[in-house]
Amino acid sequence: MALTNDHTVKAFDEDLNRLRGLISEMGGRAEQALLQAMTALKQGDLDLAAQVVRDDKKIDALESEVEQLAVQTIALRAPMADDLREMIAALKIVSVVERIGDYAKNIAKRVALMDQTRSIEAIPLLMSMSSNVAELVHDALDSFAARDAELAVRVTVRDKNVDDFYNSIFRTLVTFMMENPKYISESAHLLFVAKNLERMGDHATNIAEMVYYVVTGEHMEERERGETPEESAAAEKEQG
Amino acid sequence: MTQDDLFIADPKMRAQGVNVFYGEKQAINDVSIDVGTDLVTAFIGPSGCGKSTFLRSLNRMNDTVASAKVTGRIELDGEDIYAPSMDVVQLRARVGMVFQKPNPFPKSIYDNVGYGPRIHGLAPSKADLDVIVERALVRAGLWDEVKDRLQESGTALSGGQQQRLCIARAIAVDPEVILMDEPCSALDPIATAKIEELIHELRGKYAIVIVTHNMQQAARVSQRTAFFHLGTLVEYGKTTDIFTNPKQERTKDYITGRYG
Repeated sequence: MALTNDHTVKAFDEDLNRLRGLISEMGGRAEQALLQAMTALKQGDLDLAAQVVRDDKKIDALESEVEQLAVQTIALRAPMADDLREMIAALKIVSVVERIGDYAKNIAKRVALMDQTRSIEAIPLLMSMSSNVAELVHDALDSFAARDAELAVRVTVRDKNVDDFYNSIFRTLVTFMMENPKYISESAHLLFVAKNLERMGDHATNIAEMVYYVVTGEHMEERERGETPEESAAAEKEQG
Repeated sequence: MTQDDLFIADPKMRAQGVNVFYGEKQAINDVSIDVGTDLVTAFIGPSGCGKSTFLRSLNRMNDTVASAKVTGRIELDGEDIYAPSMDVVQLRARVGMVFQKPNPFPKSIYDNVGYGPRIHGLAPSKADLDVIVERALVRAGLWDEVKDRLQESGTALSGGQQQRLCIARAIAVDPEVILMDEPCSALDPIATAKIEELIHELRGKYAIVIVTHNMQQAARVSQRTAFFHLGTLVEYGKTTDIFTNPKQERTKDYITGRYG
């Protein structure tokens, strides 16, 4: 479906464009927050971490602005069909992007709690994982901007990589903790970072699923998902 | 959405391959549609798309237009309504109609409703007619407002009341189908809401077909929606599907306000 800005009532197009612009800006900020939080973590940059925490307020403000505009547009323009689906998706997407921003903020807050992270071997893995996640978030929002259902489907497929990263980092950190008990506290924080990144990937997937719905009017089929460490641990416990 | 979901097992009216011509001009092109009693069907589409013309062919209202010609088959309970044996007066009693502008007779409220049953011989006695008039006015949601002034002129009522009076008049002869041609376009929002509530109440008792320019209204009152454009039936489906996920580009352009 092409981008259709051709309503008889031009003010409606303007509302839609403004809404799309705000969501793009919000997504860009969330993606940047993630990259900055990870850079701060890697380099122990407390100033950058503090900036991520501060900037999250802007993401929150954008969320309420989009919510307001979407509710207003629904009330005043009574959108139908793909326009209606877009309004509903916009409302859901911004709350997801806001969560992504929160996770980035959460990672940034941990920077101050860790002064020896650089010697932990999981760090390079986490950095690769985070650039994967940032790309997913970026592509998910691109798929929304471009009404690209195929790109949306690819995002959901690629989320599997992020899950694999998470499982691998989990094992790496557990092993590392056993061998280096004095780094347990830092490693535990890094486990949370990995978990946050994994959740961001899931949220990117949620965005992609909503985009698919906006574009096609159908719901994306459920994907096969690998087991997370939590699930395999639970399964082992039940068997044992 | 499969065809099965749209199947109406026991259609009250069935149109097959219907064409309507006004002289040389073809206003309706090969339209087939079923109308059931349990579902309200809305016809939507831009002005001049043929939806009213098609509606009027369902009770042979187009007979009054000299140049109009209808081909194809339209059945009421399996019976061809254009068959020579069909009594058009009886047909219009069975397939009632409510128009865009309320058009009560310049008679009392009582006579507006009682006229039809009387000429169709549905009321042997005055007492019978009283019962019929009261029941029709109750069903049309007008009884409480007019019960103390049944002898006043129908034209003295407000626009919304007049329209409900016309609906009472239509249902007084115990029709099977009620056709409504933009019944609310001359009414304010409160009167409109009352008519919509009435349509909801009447669903299941009569097969109802409503033509409306107000898409929100089609969405609110109907379970099935048919979109007409340039004399063809472009898309027919469940109202929820038509308004959230239409299959045809032309339907989508129209309902999202991108038409034209």
